[in-house]
Amino acid sequence: MSAFFASIGLPQIVAAVMLVALNAYVLTGGADFGGGVWDLLASGSRRDAQRTLVSHAIGPIWEANHVWLIVVIVVLFTAFPPVFATLGTVLHIPLSLMLVGIVLRGSAFVFRSYGARDDATQRRWGRVFAIASVITPLLLGVIVGAIVSGRVGRAAALLPANGGASTADFSTVYMASWLAAFPLMLGVMTLALFAFLAAVYLTVAAADAALREDFRRRALVAGVAALAASFGALALAHREAPWLSWALTETPIAALLQLVVALVALLALAALWTRRWRLARLAAALQVSLILWGWVPLQYPWMLPPLYTTHEAAAPRITLELLLWGLAGGSAILIPSLIYLFRTFAKSAAVR
Amino acid sequence: MTDLLAARTQMALSLGFHIVFAEIGVAMPLMMVLAEWRWLRTGDAAWLELAKRWAKGTAVLFAVGAVSGTVLSFELGLLWPGFMRFAGAIIGMPFSLEGFAFFTEAIFLGVYLYGWNHVGRRAHLAAGAIVAASGAASAIFVVMVNAWMNTPVGYQLAEGGRLVGIDPIAGMRSPAAFQQALHMLLAAYAATGMAVAGVHALMLLRGGSPAFHRRALAIALCVGAPAAALQPLSGDISARVVAHTQPVKLAALEGQWETERGAPLRIGGLPDARREETRWALQIPYGLSLLAFHDPRAEVRGLKSVPPDERPPVAVVHLAFQVMVACGTALALVALWTGWTVLRRRDLASRRRLLRALSAVAPLGFVATEAGWIVTEVGRQPWVVQGLLRTADAVTPMPGLVVPMTFFTLLYLGLGAVVVALMVSLVRETSPRVVPPISTSPAGIPEASA
Ligand code: HDD
Ligand code: HEM
Ligand code: HEM
Repeated sequence: MSAFFASIGLPQIVAAVMLVALNAYVLTGGADFGGGVWDLLASGSRRDAQRTLVSHAIGPIWEANHVWLIVVIVVLFTAFPPVFATLGTVLHIPLSLMLVGIVLRGSAFVFRSYGARDDATQRRWGRVFAIASVITPLLLGVIVGAIVSGRVGRAAALLPANGGASTADFSTVYMASWLAAFPLMLGVMTLALFAFLAAVYLTVAAADAALREDFRRRALVAGVAALAASFGALALAHREAPWLSWALTETPIAALLQLVVALVALLALAALWTRRWRLARLAAALQVSLILWGWVPLQYPWMLPPLYTTHEAAAPRITLELLLWGLAGGSAILIPSLIYLFRTFAKSAAVR
Repeated sequence: MTDLLAARTQMALSLGFHIVFAEIGVAMPLMMVLAEWRWLRTGDAAWLELAKRWAKGTAVLFAVGAVSGTVLSFELGLLWPGFMRFAGAIIGMPFSLEGFAFFTEAIFLGVYLYGWNHVGRRAHLAAGAIVAASGAASAIFVVMVNAWMNTPVGYQLAEGGRLVGIDPIAGMRSPAAFQQALHMLLAAYAATGMAVAGVHALMLLRGGSPAFHRRALAIALCVGAPAAALQPLSGDISARVVAHTQPVKLAALEGQWETERGAPLRIGGLPDARREETRWALQIPYGLSLLAFHDPRAEVRGLKSVPPDERPPVAVVHLAFQVMVACGTALALVALWTGWTVLRRRDLASRRRLLRALSAVAPLGFVATEAGWIVTEVGRQPWVVQGLLRTADAVTPMPGLVVPMTFFTLLYLGLGAVVVALMVSLVRETSPRVVPPISTSPAGIPEASA
């Protein structure tokens, strides 16, 4: 443990800040994607009301939520340029596909809100919005899975260090690095978690009791699906990422973490079951955050296993220092602004 | 098509797409705030109506700007990993600051667009002002990155061509930073302001609601015309900085092959890279030396002073420069004409010739912007970082880049078409003579079934 603390330096602090931003993105932007999933799956007699609730909940804040992703990317390429370069190279295909999802989701959402009011147009953009909301989290999970399983790092090792022709063939480097069962299962898990988060949030946002029940049922289903997918991922890790599987099962801290995540997940489901909406929201957010932070002990000290440790990938000290100053100064403006934004619209939701 | 060419094309296309929305995102909030401020000052509801109408269009354009900007930040790694590996640590700083500018922009845009009924009048106006300011700030920060690519500073060169001893703050204040940021900001106000003015001028000519379009015209011109009038001056500053810091780029944009004293200014003409000469140009003796160095006898370096593999594609750069200057001249003239009309206290909305001119030059600001960026970016070739890193060494090793390029081209064509159709229908809505009552929903968000 003390060796762990001794190894903490500027690079690790910046990486932690990046993870905080990713955490914020997952809790806010992730739920926006989850909302899209429920738009796609809206059904029953209250189908339109469900869609309206989703669109109201996303409306004023999706662009702000989306910026968290930009912050993650910017911090990554400023502080860890070789990692950004490697990810961009090896994961070109899933990243591009994810971008298409991001573009279509964001634009379809505004096209639907501001476009022609006739049913056909509305339905068309609604469909695009919803489908893109499913594809994007799936790919995000796949990308994370490809990184943690060490596939990206291994594929990148096949690339010549300084340009020139690659010795490995296309599919080994650019396809096999992410197109495998474990990353895909992590994609499914991410999708289920985002849908779960969104449904739990919507139980709090819904003013109408019947609507709230709709989302309670949905949250329960998604929560169970997420659990199932995480067990699936564990099983697959055994086969596809033996190193990860070892870290998951053999290290005490990982075992402890899994236990805590499991308990919090059960708490979230129990709170939903007993209709304690706010508790459920808190537990769900905590569950998702813990899963994300669980990533750290699993691959510490690696940032891109087995190619770069956090330390090796870091930019020069001056860059990290300036970046941290910039982030601190920025947060001083950002955090009050964000609170103001959420307050403004939380009040209005209550009135409605 | 080689992979390198595909990557360059995809980058150019993505940037060329994004910049349109970025400019609008810089200038529209300012115009909305001015309209709303007039409303608060005069109590005249027509100003409020105008602000709300503009807000609707801005919401759509801003969202497309945000997603296309996201694509760009990923593309830096998807297409140019070599560049990011090389320079990420030094150019990351302005990008991070830009990230925070985006944040404030997005947060207060949310308040502005959806908050008409949720916050007080002053708070609402202030939110708009913050959006306008952070839009301008984000433009300045990102242009600092580009300026560094043009005139890199703040580093030492180690063996193997790596950068060491970097100083990101010095990097932000590269020699090209000030003039590029100035020229870019003016471009955003000029292009957007004059385009919006042109649209409303056209509506007035077609007999649209005078009360509405008159006000719109006034505000759009307040923002667009001064910027358009100043742009040639700022362009002159730009050209002089380029002359001192990037002589090969200057030679390319002027089609200057020989190094000579008292170089002429060439208007039009077609540079021919094989014969190493520029033909059919109208030459103004001493013009170039005078403009670029303010001295008719100053020496101007020619393209032949560097080996052919260090010259940019001259014809493209020269042509793009001519297009920018032509557009800039036309816009500045119309802006001055407008100013003259206002000075003589004539009513703009009844000067049909001026209205016609305004609608004719409406798209030229955006054309000039695209052309200007082609000058800057293509004129820097074969370097991605001037003199330090070649574009060919920065590109991703991934093969088959034609596929993503085609894909993104189609995506952007589709998006562009939808946006244009939406804007046309939003403008059409404002055409009826009787302005419909202001909807109670925030910025026209449908209160579907609620
Ligand atoms: C409304 C748009 C607009 C207008 C009317 C003009 N420009 Fe421009 N120009 C741009 C928009 C632009 C830009 C925003 O697209 C660029 C690209 C990079 C930059 O900093 O600004 C640019 C670049 C640019 C450059 C290259 C700067 C560099 O590479 O560092 C020069 C030399 C000029 N301009 C000169 C002019 C002149 C002499 C103009 C006279 C009329 C002019 N521009 C009008
Ligand atoms: C201010 C931020 C900008 C940055 C950081 C930036 C960065 C880049 C990079 C990294 C490349 C690829 C390498 C190269 O070809 O040199 C590129 C190419 C290019 N960019 Fe920019 N760019 C910026 C703004 C723009 C804008 C707004 C346009 C608008 C049209 C533009 C047009 C182009 C073109 C045409 C190319 C291709 C040049 C060629 O390969 O011939 N750039 N840019
Ligand atoms: C390589 C170059 C560029 C990158 C990586 C980039 C990146 C981005 C990103 C990520 C966003 C989305 C922010 C959000 O979610 O709200 C954005 C939006 C924006 N960008 Fe860029 N950008 C580039 C070039 C430019 C240039 C040259 C300008 C100059 C005017 C500019 C001005 C803006 C503005 C004002 C916005 C706000 C959104 C809007 O108004 O549409 N960007 N950009």
